[in-house]
Amino acid sequence: MDEGGGRAVNDFVDAIGFIFSERDSPAGGTRVGGLGEIWELMWPHLKLSGASLGIACAIAIPLGLWLGHRGRGGFLAINASNVGRAVPSLALIAFFMAYIGVGFTNLTLALVLLALPPVLTNTYTGVRQVDRDAVDSARGMGMTGPQIVRRVELPLALPLIFGGIRTSAVNVVATATIAPLAGVVTLGDPIINVNTYGDEGRLAAAIVVALLAVATEVALGTAQRAVTPRGLKVNRREALT
Amino acid sequence: MRKHRWLMLLALLIAALAVAGCGDDDDDDGGASSSGGSGEQKAGIQKNDKNSSTKVTIGSKNFTEQKVLGEIYAQALTAAGYDVSKQLNLGDEKTALKALEGGDISAYPEYTGTALLSFFGYTADKLPTDPDEAYDLAKQEFAKKKLTAFEHTPYTNSNEVAVTQETADKYSLKNISDLKPVAGKLTLYGTPECRQRLDCLLGLQKVYGLKFKKFVPVAIDLRHEVLSKGQADVSIVFTTDPQIYEEKFVLLEDDKQMFPPFNSTLVARDDVVQKAGPDFAKAIGMVDKGLTDDVMQELNARVDLDKQSPEDVAGQYLKETGLVG
Repeated sequence: MDEGGGRAVNDFVDAIGFIFSERDSPAGGTRVGGLGEIWELMWPHLKLSGASLGIACAIAIPLGLWLGHRGRGGFLAINASNVGRAVPSLALIAFFMAYIGVGFTNLTLALVLLALPPVLTNTYTGVRQVDRDAVDSARGMGMTGPQIVRRVELPLALPLIFGGIRTSAVNVVATATIAPLAGVVTLGDPIINVNTYGDEGRLAAAIVVALLAVATEVALGTAQRAVTPRGLKVNRREALT
Repeated sequence: MRKHRWLMLLALLIAALAVAGCGDDDDDDGGASSSGGSGEQKAGIQKNDKNSSTKVTIGSKNFTEQKVLGEIYAQALTAAGYDVSKQLNLGDEKTALKALEGGDISAYPEYTGTALLSFFGYTADKLPTDPDEAYDLAKQEFAKKKLTAFEHTPYTNSNEVAVTQETADKYSLKNISDLKPVAGKLTLYGTPECRQRLDCLLGLQKVYGLKFKKFVPVAIDLRHEVLSKGQADVSIVFTTDPQIYEEKFVLLEDDKQMFPPFNSTLVARDDVVQKAGPDFAKAIGMVDKGLTDDVMQELNARVDLDKQSPEDVAGQYLKETGLVG
């Protein structure tokens, strides 16, 4: 037990070393490790994750707002989008390959389908949860439909929408590790190619991906607090005390 | 495709004859009775009831070819009278070796190249390119671990540079060297591992001086589809991939002998080999003789393309080669 724990600590130290220092590949013929390589792998990882999440939000948030505002057809849309999450991303990639080949577009498409459902579901639910009295009074003040969405429903739904985006972001950052199986070399490469990078390289990449997911989560959390309407923040604080 | 499958069946038949032939050679006890040349059954694996007290567990890694091989050895040893059990899904080579050294399994088939690269710390540029030399080296290394590596199979499962017939005709490609003037116009696809391997992209760059337009990593099971769909101009495949015949891909000759050999060898624990006696080695040897590139490809095809079980396919091999009656 103790020995196992000691070994785990050693492995961890080796993995951290891999992140900071370059060394010969155990398979020979090339150098691996070091911040330069980690960055080379991380940049496509970030681009792919960012593009997928951005596109997913651009589709899911307006759609969710509209469905939530109408109050109809939501469950159908949510269930349809959930199919995207039920099919494994690798299967989606293989399926899209027949039409668009492998590469950035294919992977983005697969990851968009993975990222859509949480954002859509949360946006729809967020809008539906808005106090009906607030919507009615907005209407009473003479606001038009689009104005109600923009000034009442969207701000009040924001905390839930962000919750959806954060879930999707973590999913996407973690799943982008499969990209080297479909043409884009990301942080998944050391995880897949243990013979080239060694065990410490595999663990190092996993650690970096985990840190990236945590950082994304924290960044989005900060953004969420920044855009939450003041009224909601006050309410929450009062509710807590 | 139909035609090709028939050719492969023919190859199996030839393998059967080869096995029958060498069976006669080894058969020094029953020479008189089978001299008429009708000794087809005599050439098969002989059951020895004394072996029933020896327990043997055959293992394999977790992909088609390994499972078929594992089944073939298991069924052959059963036919020789041993008490055989199976562990045919052991993950990667490191898991399989651990199981072998720990005694969970008695034997499993490993590729000479994989053993040298993955177990014994050789880098791809240091591997012998001659199959026998690679086998001898692996055998010596295994011996240090108290493991016996049996004579390697005729077939190898190495990396191969594959193009479509169309591409081969267009640029008149026969050898890998022929790619040199046109590589800049061609995209190369291969497993993610390929990018940094000396016996793959790195080697093609260093040994052959090829600079491809682009290298695109893909999952192992997509390497054939990208080629047949025209997305890849060149793809790295394995020698015994059944899709090669199905899609009529052209494999380019490795004229600078860069790809190390990956022949299969059954690796067994020394203590098991000693206890099992001569019938063990004899049965393994008879099985291995018929396993040529074409035969292994056909057997893989029956599993991967025709969706038969490895167990059935192994049975067919032993029957069609006359090893088991």
